[in-house]
Amino acid sequence: MNGRRPFVLYTLMAFGYAFLYLPIVTVIAYSFNESRMVTVWGGFSTKWYAALFANAQILDAAKLSLLIAVLSSTLAVVIGTLAGLALARFGSYRGRGALSLMTSAPLVMPDVMLGISALFLFITLQQLTGWPGGRGVDTITIAHVTLCVCYVTIIVRSRLVQMDLSLEEAAMDLGARPWKVFFVITLPLIWPALVAGWLLAFTLSLDDVVIASFTSGPGASTLPIVVLSKVRFGVTPEINALATLLIVAVAIGVTLAGWLMHRRQR
Amino acid sequence: MTPQHPQQQSPWLALWFAFFNDLFRYLGALGRELGGSRGRLLVLAVPLAWLALFFALPLAIVLKISLASPVAGVPPYTDLVALGPDGRVTIELSLAGYLRLLTDPLYVASYLNSIQFAAVSTVACLLLGYPIAYGIARAGPLARLVLLTLVILPFWTSSLLRTYALIGILRTNGTLNQILLGLGLIDAPVQLLNTNLAVYIGITYNYLPFMILPLAANLMRLDYTLLEAAADLGARPLKAFLTVTVPLSLPGIVAGSLLVFIPALGEYVIPELLGGPDALAIGKRIWDDFFMARDYPLAAAVAVAMLLLIVVPMLVFEYVQERDARREARR
Repeated sequence: MNGRRPFVLYTLMAFGYAFLYLPIVTVIAYSFNESRMVTVWGGFSTKWYAALFANAQILDAAKLSLLIAVLSSTLAVVIGTLAGLALARFGSYRGRGALSLMTSAPLVMPDVMLGISALFLFITLQQLTGWPGGRGVDTITIAHVTLCVCYVTIIVRSRLVQMDLSLEEAAMDLGARPWKVFFVITLPLIWPALVAGWLLAFTLSLDDVVIASFTSGPGASTLPIVVLSKVRFGVTPEINALATLLIVAVAIGVTLAGWLMHRRQR
Repeated sequence: MTPQHPQQQSPWLALWFAFFNDLFRYLGALGRELGGSRGRLLVLAVPLAWLALFFALPLAIVLKISLASPVAGVPPYTDLVALGPDGRVTIELSLAGYLRLLTDPLYVASYLNSIQFAAVSTVACLLLGYPIAYGIARAGPLARLVLLTLVILPFWTSSLLRTYALIGILRTNGTLNQILLGLGLIDAPVQLLNTNLAVYIGITYNYLPFMILPLAANLMRLDYTLLEAAADLGARPLKAFLTVTVPLSLPGIVAGSLLVFIPALGEYVIPELLGGPDALAIGKRIWDDFFMARDYPLAAAVAVAMLLLIVVPMLVFEYVQERDARREARR
């Protein structure tokens, strides 16, 4: 652009960002509304936050969701890093196409597909072997890991590909076995990708409602399942408070991460 | 262990063991191919085994169940292959589910509707997202970071909660109606929630970051001297944009569009929360057939049909991914 301020571009961008943020800003505003009705501004109040923390159903579901999210992200990072390694470093081999396909298919597959297939697997396994006895934390975690592995794989793989191979080669020239090269050289260099993968898997697991609905059982209600059942009937003020808390947490995290990355690039 | 009725002594168990036999033989051959390195084999085997067991096998099971018939009981579908006490093997396949899909107007309409929802929303995402991606790509380092962060923030926020936020906006007495009334553009509140329009808005809103991020990544790698060359040759900015930038950003457009279109086809939450009773979608059909009607074979058939619908775009996506990854590796 020859020096002219791209007015059209800025307007279009502003419109797009406004579209992205209007609902978020609205929910935050409503969470502080004294009145339950969204049309009336009853004054500033934090009573919905108090109501949120007094709601045992929501708190229990939140604890369960956090547990499942931590378990699935950690497992997903382990498996995803192995998959990323296999795809980025091993050249051509027999199973490569299958691995590549299976690590990019869940990325675009609709959730209902992943959920219903996982559930049918568990039902069939139960028929054949007696495990799993019922559905709960373990089944949800397994399904979430399967979903998250592909995201981790992509992140780790792209980071491995960008990495300078000469460092690994130098280590191997000096006599290090492959496992040692991985843990001493590669891992310290790709750890930001592992952290990013963990956080992404964590978020996906925490947010998922469809897969969890299919693979959970009675007594294992995750937070999104509870939220979905509550919001089917319209706006609920406690959910506004919950949404605001989550948005603020994500905002802090994302800003922090962005700032850290900015500093590293200096 | 659930007690096994003799009639249910499953031939599937034999298949199960045969599967593992073949798996280990395959892994052995693989190990020899990788130069005998047991470490490498382990690195490959773990993700391969996990995904084969928890991703590929379930899809095969969905196919199997789609060919069963619904019965009352646990599990609520018939066994395809039954070994009778007299040694007879009965194979019973049912295409009732698939026939229903082809003939029942509800299902035909659901598929067409889902495609329409996904396609229109993809275009909307492209129109809204391209300027943002372009602005991000052209911005200086600090502005780019801020703009990207502003896009990533909704991306990391729970999509369920963001869809819920749209309810508050689109209701009859919600924010959007209040704005329109305040601006004098309408006289009375317009029905926005529980309409197809709400579903379009919802899908576009949720998937917009998925369009912006690959597009921005692609636009950031563009060679902008080409635009300068076009300007030197006398092209006006708009023409240069249309003839140079857009074609070069096609891989990004394709990647972003697939990332929006394919998952949007199977969306359940958005049509359920934002759409009305006429917002037919495959995702809703699968959910309702499974949870409400408890008709597992029908739900499985709907899922298999949906899989067939998305398999072509998915393979395109996979091919593009693989090609881009190899291109990155070669740089």
